[in-house]
Amino acid sequence: MLFETLKLALASILRNALRSFLTVLGVVIGVASVIAMVTVGQGSSDQVIADVEQLGTNVLMVLPGQQAMGSRSMGERARPFTLRDVDLLLEAVPTIEAAAPIASGQATMVFGSENHRAQITATDARYLVASDWPLALGRNFTVGETQGGRAACILGETVREALFRASDPVGESIRVRNFTCEVIGVLVAKGASSFGTDQDDVVLMPIRTFQRRVAGNTDVATIYVAIEDGVSTEDAMREIEFVMRDLRRIGETEEDDFTVMDMKQVASMLTGITGVLTGLLAAVAAVSLLVGGIGIMNIMLVSVTERTREIGIRMAIGAQANQVLMQFLIEAVALSLLGGVLGAVLGLIIAAVVSHLMVIPFAPDPLIILLAFVFSAFVGVIFGYFPARSAARLDPIEALRHE
Amino acid sequence: MAEDLLISLRQIKRIYGSGAAEVRALDGVDIDITPGEFVAIMGPSGSGKSTAMNVIGCLDRPTSGQYRFNGVEVGGLSNDQRALLRRHYLGFIFQGYNLLPRMSARDNVELPLIYKGLPKQERIARAERALDLVGLGGRAGHDPSQLSGGQQQRVAIARALAGEPQVVLADEPTGNLDTKRSAEIMELLVDLRRERNLTIVMVTHEDDMAAYADRLIWMVDGKVQRDGPTRREVQDAV
Repeated sequence: MLFETLKLALASILRNALRSFLTVLGVVIGVASVIAMVTVGQGSSDQVIADVEQLGTNVLMVLPGQQAMGSRSMGERARPFTLRDVDLLLEAVPTIEAAAPIASGQATMVFGSENHRAQITATDARYLVASDWPLALGRNFTVGETQGGRAACILGETVREALFRASDPVGESIRVRNFTCEVIGVLVAKGASSFGTDQDDVVLMPIRTFQRRVAGNTDVATIYVAIEDGVSTEDAMREIEFVMRDLRRIGETEEDDFTVMDMKQVASMLTGITGVLTGLLAAVAAVSLLVGGIGIMNIMLVSVTERTREIGIRMAIGAQANQVLMQFLIEAVALSLLGGVLGAVLGLIIAAVVSHLMVIPFAPDPLIILLAFVFSAFVGVIFGYFPARSAARLDPIEALRHE
Repeated sequence: MAEDLLISLRQIKRIYGSGAAEVRALDGVDIDITPGEFVAIMGPSGSGKSTAMNVIGCLDRPTSGQYRFNGVEVGGLSNDQRALLRRHYLGFIFQGYNLLPRMSARDNVELPLIYKGLPKQERIARAERALDLVGLGGRAGHDPSQLSGGQQQRVAIARALAGEPQVVLADEPTGNLDTKRSAEIMELLVDLRRERNLTIVMVTHEDDMAAYADRLIWMVDGKVQRDGPTRREVQDAV
């Protein structure tokens, strides 16, 4: 009997194929967005972890302010570091192998008649080594260039493309703000980051050059520290914290106004951000599932009205109220499950395409797909029950008289 | 005597509304029907003949009175039990055929058998036998929209008979058909009744159709006015 009812329900769905499709569109979109969001979110988290781990387990980041999640304002208020801090840190902590200062800003680059606004990452020669970013053309900064603050720069692929098209930029000079800067190299293209920003839209220059000519201050935003192999990260972090407190003259009772993080913490902070974003987007998508459910209820109510006579006939030939209820309930559940299947397929396709475009791993989670199915069946039961009950409660004589 | 009765209505009243708006559709009806009878119920519009049919068909509950079917007091049955009674003992034929659209003739005839819980093979076999019986063996795969009125009513008869009921309840079965088709349908009913020893209760407002029955109940204002053999009664009334 259940199987027969299921077949009847499917027949009735197929009979109104277009209407059925439009009915479940809400559920399709809801399920597809939940699955796409979560899958892409998971993929970008995986990518962040992979990116960060690539920097090595012996790399630490020192940032001004308390870098707890969501406390960016504190980070902005805290005093930035200076190049002197970097040198003193390097001297005071013997287990530090290398320390690279980083500052960043934005400026418009001009070459000939072309101009392009890009991110500037100001650092020294160790940056390319630490971030494992090879050059496609030219060379890295020399120690003399970084020490002397020479106007030399290395272009990201996007900037090179915008300013030079097909020609070789190495040896040419570009204008950055009011000074001229010699192009000494071009970075290998990296593509979009896990957050979707273009990592190649960047110009590297020595930090002293940046401070003097672009920023007009002596700030260092971040210090990358590489510690010697075989030294415990925890010990190094403690030592750096001790030295930094001293350098920044923090009283014994005061809190740190800087943060030392190892790459695991950086990764978990970044994935935390993507996690919250993914959660929010998935919640919005879940609302559309709810709306989809209301759509199903609406069309099932219409269907009950349209088929009042059919219900009367079925009752006259011996259908019990429960059998009528089951027929309409199964129809609603079959509809929403169909929406769930279509949505899952669509969501996975979207996630696969987006993952490909963002160059992140495609990470479908079977649990989420299962959850989306269960939820869409649940939507069918909840929103199908009311119309089904009103069908089952019809008076057979009135139903038979219905035109 | 009472044990021989298939259907027994005693002082059945069906009252709609209350107070000044009260309508007494049935106002104390007594009808006894024995197995194998072919009874026609006639009467002017509003005489309560359709209401009587609905009460006999367990579709409507009387306001008061006693209805026994096969000796069972129907008034004491739940809605689900009444559905089971319809499923196993009653077959309905309606004026408007009431076939399910976009379902083949075979599927329509199969429908009551699904509710009876028969296995697929037996359902198909029985449905096709029933369609053969009404002369539509070749049209089992046709949708109602592809069939003429007379053919649709034959499908409806096949559906009513497929479940092998004791009683067939026909509500103006020829109301939508021309004279020739009407005669064919009535002859079919008479033949089937003879073959299967069916009990038929038919509501009609056409004397010609009532003439096929062997007993006529004439109703006026919710009461049975006359109850007796057909042909003579009809002629007397006219």
